[in-house]
Parts: sequence; structure tokens; C-alpha cells
Amino acid sequence: MSDALSDAGSDVNQDDAQEDVMTPAELIAKLEEAWLNEKFSPELLENKSEVVECVMEQLSHMDANLQRVKKGDAKASIHRMEIDRIRFVLSSYLRSRLRKIEKFFPHVLEREKSRGEGDPSLLSPEEFAFAKEYYANTETYLKAVALKRMPPNLQTVDMLKAVPEPCLDSFVFLRVKDRQENILVEPETDDQREYVVDLEEGSQHLMRYRTIAPLVSSGAVQLI
Amino acid sequence: MFCEKAIELIRELHRMSDGQLPAFNEDVLRQVLQEMEALYEQNQTDVNEAKAGRAELIPSIKLRHCCLLRNQRCLTAYLYDRLLRIRALRWEYGSVLPANVRFHMCAEEVQWISQYKKSLASFMRSLGGGEGLDITQDMKPPKSLYIEVRCLKDHGEFEIDDGTVILLKKNSQHFLPRWKCEQLIRQGVLEHVMS
Repeated sequence: MSDALSDAGSDVNQDDAQEDVMTPAELIAKLEEAWLNEKFSPELLENKSEVVECVMEQLSHMDANLQRVKKGDAKASIHRMEIDRIRFVLSSYLRSRLRKIEKFFPHVLEREKSRGEGDPSLLSPEEFAFAKEYYANTETYLKAVALKRMPPNLQTVDMLKAVPEPCLDSFVFLRVKDRQENILVEPETDDQREYVVDLEEGSQHLMRYRTIAPLVSSGAVQLI
Repeated sequence: MFCEKAIELIRELHRMSDGQLPAFNEDVLRQVLQEMEALYEQNQTDVNEAKAGRAELIPSIKLRHCCLLRNQRCLTAYLYDRLLRIRALRWEYGSVLPANVRFHMCAEEVQWISQYKKSLASFMRSLGGGEGLDITQDMKPPKSLYIEVRCLKDHGEFEIDDGTVILLKKNSQHFLPRWKCEQLIRQGVLEHVMS
């Protein structure tokens, strides 16, 4: 058994090890972190296209290695399963981003426009192209079917007002990765007062997304 | 009463359960647009009279304007919600929509979805530095590599990754790689047999 394992296994591992900045395990951990954050945060987070690209590369490496393994090897199917799992996480991550882009497209594009020179972009170039096309397509459609047949003063719709914004006040579960001190929690109702909390490393909380949004993007907390 | 027709459109969608697409209601849509036109014309004449000094007309002008805005909003909501439903169908059935769905769409909606399909396809093609990844696959976390499937209709020959060609005949049962079957299961060609 160990022979069979080392046969296919060493191939895959050697190729994986060529990545000098990040080991594959770290890369997958990064992907999973980005995936969970994106899945649970109400708004669109910064794009991680370099992670996506690396993972795609790894997947095709592993795939190519598996082609060379002979049929009926027990190790091959385990690796095949692993590829499937990684591909699921990757697809799911990209899907949830695309879903949010479609849902909040005017706001996403507006943020992209108002972003200062040198600030990192929320959208990857592909996502930006998609969002622009989606906006234009939907606008053309609404115009063609209804708006152009309306009275002259009602032929435009302010998309920014018409499409709901992401609800930043929704609550999220989170786990703290780096200890944080003096996090200001704003009051929820009028008879409450604001207060500060310390977030201990490894502890888990249920908080409003708005409060910890900067910590999510800095990677100090992980949404769960 | 103003705006009743517009609400009718919204109700029609509301009554349908999620993911179903009712026929495009061109009739009511046109009626709403006619109502809007009438309201607008009345307002135009009244505005002119109000300018000439009849200030008592202003409240009714305001009321009509609110109705106009409401009608506009209801119509766009109706149309947009339909788009979202059509979009969901794209993700469920793959790039070819079933005939009964297309039958319920208006020409502009067909145009919208074909443009959407194009955008989505070029997005997926450009992923990962040009290699491409079909993100409409792998919708559920994989549990096992192979699954037992039963054919529900004749589909013809089907090639799996290692080059083996199998014949998908009605009522035949196969043990196939999951990632090859997912789309066919959603199209209703195959059925996942739970043991």
C-alpha cells in the first residue's frame, strides 16, 4: 500500500512544493478563509484573484499528475476526491461573489467609481466587466420594455435608489484570530449606550457586521 | 382607483411560488402604461391652469404625480423580479432553457438572458488567467466520487473522462463520476438513486 501511495503521492507533493511563497496547505487555508468570509458577510469583500489564480493552477497541476497515474490506483481516487472538494470551494466562493455583484450591482459599481487612486479594487477585472455588462443589459431591458413608453419625466430610474443596499447591520458569527482591544459597539436602540469590548484570541462572538467590518478585511477575525 | 392594475402585476408574481415564471402579462402592462399616459396628460392641463392662478388644483396634481411614481415603481419591480427568476432558471437548467419557460418570456427578456449568458460565459472563461472554470457546476459539496444514477430518458452515447463511452438508455442504471452527471441530473435526464 505504501508503495502505491508514494507513487502518486510524491508526484503531487513535489509539484506542490515548488510554490515558494506559500505551501499548498496555506493556499487552501487562505481560500477557505476567503470563502467563509465572503459567504457570511452581507457586503462584497475585496477580491482575492491571486488566490483564485494559484488555486486554479494547483488544480490543473494535480489533474495533470492524475492523468499519469495508472487505472485502479487507490491513491488516485483519493486525490480526485480532493480536487473535487477544492473545486467546489472555489466555485462556491466565486458564485457567492457573483451573486452579490448581481444583487447590489449599482452600489458595487458606484464604490468602484468613487475609489481613490491606488486603493485596492473590490472587483477583479473580470468581475468588473461582468458588473458593467449586467448594469447596461438590465438598464437597456427596462428602457425597452417599459420606461421609454412612460411619460417623458418618468423615463429614467435611479438604480442606486431602486436597488437595495447591502444590510450592514445584520448579525454575523465570528471567531477572533488576533486579539483586539477596545472595539466600540454602537447602541442598537435609543435606551442603550455605546460600550467597548475586548475580543480575546480564539473566542467566538455574534456581532453586527458594521462593527467588525474593518477587522474582517484586515483578517483579524474570521466569519463562521 | 389608480395603480390597481400595477398592483395586480405584483400580486401575480407574489402568488407564484419561487422559481416559477408566469406568462409575460403584456396586456396589463399596456393598461398601466395607458393609465400613466392619461394621468400625465391631465396633470399637464392642470399644471397650466394652476400656473394661470388656480392654486386649488395643486393637491390633485400632487396626487396624480404620486400615482405616476408608484406605477413606475411597480412596473420596474415586476420586470426586475421576472429577470431574477429567469436568471435563476439559467443557473438551474444550464445554458439552454426549457421550451415552456421560453414560451412565457417576452422578446426583450429573451434578449436579456442571452446577453446575461454571454457575460457569464466570458466571466467564467476568463477565470484563473484564461483557463476558465465552470462555476455553474459543483453546486453541492461533493460526498463521493461516483454515484448511482438511473436514466429517465434516452440520451444517447456519453463519454466519461477516461474515454469510456457508455450508452444512456431509458431505465438503465449506471455508476458514474459525480462531476460528469450533475448537469444531466438537473436537466432531468438522470436521476440520482439513493441506496
